[in-house]
Amino acid sequence: MTSTQRNLGIPLDLDAVHGVRVNRFAADHRAATLTTRRSVKRDRQAGWLLRAVTMIDLTTLAGDDTIGRVRRLCGKARRPIRRDILARLGVPAAEIRAAAVCVYHALVPTAREALRGSGIPVAAVSTGFPAGLSPFATRVAEIRESVDAGAEEVDVVITRGSVLGGGWERLYDEVAGFREACGDAHVKVILATGELGTLANVKRAATVAMMAGADFVKTSTGKEPVNATLPVGIVLARAIREFHRATGIRVGLKAAGGLKTARDALAWLTLVKEELGDAWMDPQLFRIGASSLLADIERQLEHHVTGRYSAFHRHPLG
Amino acid sequence: MTRQGARTRSRTGVHEAFRHPGYGPAPESDRVATEWLEAGERVFGQYIGGSWTEGAGDIHPTHCPADGRLLARFRHGTAEDVHRAVGAAADALQSWQEIGGHARARHLYRLARQIQKRSRLFAVVESLDNGKPVRESRDLDIPLVIRHFYHHAGWAQLAPSEFAGYEPVGVTGQIIPWNFPLLMLAWKVAPAMAAGCTVVLKPAEYTPLSALLFAEVAHEAGLPAGVLNVVAGGGETGAQLVRHPGVRKIAFTGSTEVGREIRRVTAGTGKHLSLELGGKSPFVVFESADLDAAVEGVVDGVWFNQGQVCCAGSRLLVQESVEKEMLDRLRARMETIRVGHPLDKSIDMGAMVDRVQMDRVQGYLEAGRADGAEVWQPSRPLPEDGLFLPPTLCTGAPPSSTIVTEEIFGPVLVSQSFRTPAEAVTLANDTRYGLAASVWTEDISLALDVAPGIKAGTVWVNCTNMFDAASGFGGYRESGFGREGGREGMWEYLKPVAAAGSKLGARGGTAAAGAVAAGGKEAAPSDAGPRSAAIDRTRKLWIGGKQARPDGGYSLAVIDAAGAHWAEAPRGNRKDVRNAVEAAAKARKAWAERSGHARAQILYYVAENLTARREEFADELRRATGADQAAALAEVDAAVQALFTFGAWADKYDGSVHSTPFRNVTFAMNEPVGTVGIRCGERTPLAGVMGPVGAALSQGNVVVAVVPERFPLPALDLVQVMETSDVPPGTVNVLSGIHGEVVPTLAAHDDVDQLWDFVADDLSGDSERLAAGNLKRAWVDREGTIDWLTLSKRHTGMLLRKGTRVKNIWVPYGV
Repeated sequence: MTSTQRNLGIPLDLDAVHGVRVNRFAADHRAATLTTRRSVKRDRQAGWLLRAVTMIDLTTLAGDDTIGRVRRLCGKARRPIRRDILARLGVPAAEIRAAAVCVYHALVPTAREALRGSGIPVAAVSTGFPAGLSPFATRVAEIRESVDAGAEEVDVVITRGSVLGGGWERLYDEVAGFREACGDAHVKVILATGELGTLANVKRAATVAMMAGADFVKTSTGKEPVNATLPVGIVLARAIREFHRATGIRVGLKAAGGLKTARDALAWLTLVKEELGDAWMDPQLFRIGASSLLADIERQLEHHVTGRYSAFHRHPLG
Repeated sequence: MTRQGARTRSRTGVHEAFRHPGYGPAPESDRVATEWLEAGERVFGQYIGGSWTEGAGDIHPTHCPADGRLLARFRHGTAEDVHRAVGAAADALQSWQEIGGHARARHLYRLARQIQKRSRLFAVVESLDNGKPVRESRDLDIPLVIRHFYHHAGWAQLAPSEFAGYEPVGVTGQIIPWNFPLLMLAWKVAPAMAAGCTVVLKPAEYTPLSALLFAEVAHEAGLPAGVLNVVAGGGETGAQLVRHPGVRKIAFTGSTEVGREIRRVTAGTGKHLSLELGGKSPFVVFESADLDAAVEGVVDGVWFNQGQVCCAGSRLLVQESVEKEMLDRLRARMETIRVGHPLDKSIDMGAMVDRVQMDRVQGYLEAGRADGAEVWQPSRPLPEDGLFLPPTLCTGAPPSSTIVTEEIFGPVLVSQSFRTPAEAVTLANDTRYGLAASVWTEDISLALDVAPGIKAGTVWVNCTNMFDAASGFGGYRESGFGREGGREGMWEYLKPVAAAGSKLGARGGTAAAGAVAAGGKEAAPSDAGPRSAAIDRTRKLWIGGKQARPDGGYSLAVIDAAGAHWAEAPRGNRKDVRNAVEAAAKARKAWAERSGHARAQILYYVAENLTARREEFADELRRATGADQAAALAEVDAAVQALFTFGAWADKYDGSVHSTPFRNVTFAMNEPVGTVGIRCGERTPLAGVMGPVGAALSQGNVVVAVVPERFPLPALDLVQVMETSDVPPGTVNVLSGIHGEVVPTLAAHDDVDQLWDFVADDLSGDSERLAAGNLKRAWVDREGTIDWLTLSKRHTGMLLRKGTRVKNIWVPYGV
């Protein structure tokens, strides 16, 4: 795990925002060939999948979330993979846990309690998630309350209208305000890329969010009709890369929504490794927001040790 | 690279991979391929007339360039093998045509299916033999091969209706290169078979295996004997095929050097020819580009197949304002390119095909360094054994350095910068080649301005190395001629059906008539007696819009049909040719840029002014050739008709948009060829000049016309008509003289883009040979079928096709 300097933000550079050029066809082409250019097999694949497990923000964001449901999820976060499987893989169980547990504000205390002593942070979705259209003061207050309740990470949503209307100053001020309200808690800025219309907008929004101090840029709430796609991931990765080259600061990437299979996870890890490099192959800089993904990874890992294809019911529910 | 026993794994391996998630070997199994090759024991013969024959040729090995192992051995085809193969193809020709388009479609469809069902075997064999990454053979080569057979199954089905009035050219000899062995086979074999031709194919010496496998598959699929014959071998085998008199068409993909030699060897034989040759394709990056996308484009452009790609984007041209940024990003990207065994599924680049090629590339790099270029390569180590080269970037090379001007055919990118779009186009075109180009900008106005300006058969906007069977592929300039793929590719295997008693006889003219027939003598005082007291009439050459006396200061006597001295015609020489071509070059751009509508206006106006002098020209024709009044008037009218026909086509010979299976618009633009040298025939001394000149002008070409040698006067008098009809200076240039004195200079001239010869004699063969210099298209109407008096739809179509070349512009889209 690399230690990384936190992003304090930089002044809004509108030239950089307006200078963004993204070619959709080329991004799609890169996405389509990234995974055919690299193949990770056998032991390496098992290692990569374990790495992916440690990058998962285990997430539950439903209206019917309860204390019991969140406790169970936290238990899964502590022990995401069956001990016997890890033993047969030769990997110490202590090294394998989820990156965070991500819940609504109301369940932050429950999660904090359930994760006590594990070192796993609680992440709260905030700022009027998922649409983000409540009053700004309310949204800032919501962040403060979640942080006070013990959230160490806050996933905030931006006002999509600022992007669609070219209100870059507004967007910058909004994210900077969120960042300030977070204090020491890390802020993941959800761009809701499925609602931004173009890949160029995705890159512009990510660039402004980073200038305003985002610790992570995140693809989606999971509630948009289109969530984390590889072309969007490529564009975000390149925005992060440019920001790093310009400032020396490494901003994280979070893919959320739509990642359901071990194959998806490997594709995203390949994307991160190829477009951002090894420094980002770390939970501090790459996260996957998912709920059902873990179960598929568990099946693949069991197959890896037994040689038999596995079934979902053989693995403890999260 | 065989798989280890299942389920044995090192536990620390997983933990290590978890802690340091890197890549490891991800080998594609070669078991099935090895079985097919009998573990290197197999010796292949030739596939001729539906059976495998051993032949008497020498046995040669073929190796895997990545690890040096012997894959198989094969016999080089001998002259005797080639002769038998051509015979088998000739024997099969009639029945292959008679079974009809639908039956041929079924065969091609079956080939597509059969390859599809063995796609991985083909991919692995290709990668083993050539050294290319299996990812490429699996995801690009083989799917495109299959697509080609499907697409051409369609053309076979449609050929009888879509190409009515045309027939297959006959037995075709096809010679393919080692860089895309099976794909080049498909590009050649599929359209030939669809058109109804039979094939003798010679695969490359380094990479015969996929063609031999294809022959096996085709045989099992029930392809009729003799339709496909495969004779493996080296250059000598290819030369035998090119020379064989039974071959009616040669289709060649390979080096410009060999293509030129083939042009020379086939000159005068009447063999049809299509050549897809080398390139030094520009990759143009504007400041308005998505630079990260462009960087990936470079990777796909020049490090695809280790750069052993005829259309590799090997010349990077970057706008100065983003040059440093682009090169920085490119170098960073190059650090992540993985070079390794071609069967490893986690590599980007495999092995070079052969030691010879590897040494050649390294020779270029040495030369580049000596010329002062900075040669940069990433730090990642290469595999220790095998023929591997790293991706290489050269900067700071002087424009004259061979690494800038010559095709390297390896993973070497040469970078230069430009300031403006106009300079980008100039630099892009500063090459003898013209195969492909790639243009990167998010500004569509800029892209669509630049794409037509670049002299290349394919222009990819914001993409590179995109291919599809529905889109034609082929070169401008010394990258060759002819197209492969799409409707435009089908024409390469078709010719107009010869009319009954095809060759049109000579018409008119007494034995005595003509300028040269009368001894070919210089006009000199003769004892023919005193001439009339009429005012002397002087015809001149027409060069650059000016009537010019011949440089040599000599004239030819023109004798009329009655045997009497009639007048003098200027005796043009090589300097007149030079001046005419220069004048044409000056007029070329402006004429090409005129709208079709504007060109039509001028052609109609020429027709108008010619009609006004109808009787006068009829009289001239009568006096020149002895034709009767009705025939003479008919010829003038035919000339007027031809002008109207080609005027009409000037704004109607539209390009097309190809249905390629990508999210993009692939538009096929009919572009003018440039300067057309026309050697006019004598059968119709007026219509036979006005017709081809009108055809060439119609599509935006400029012309240097050499008028009929025996009957120069009607054509020389046409100059006055054109002069008064707003034909811009230099757009048409008219030369008279002894053809043997002027045509060779025209045929050899490097700034003439095409030669049309409507005489078809020994001199025509010489012209074809001379045309090899700059690989201009030389078209000799050997069948002699074009009747300018009754210009048919078929021939009109042929003239329009000859007067244009198709540029395919790929424009992908999306937000």
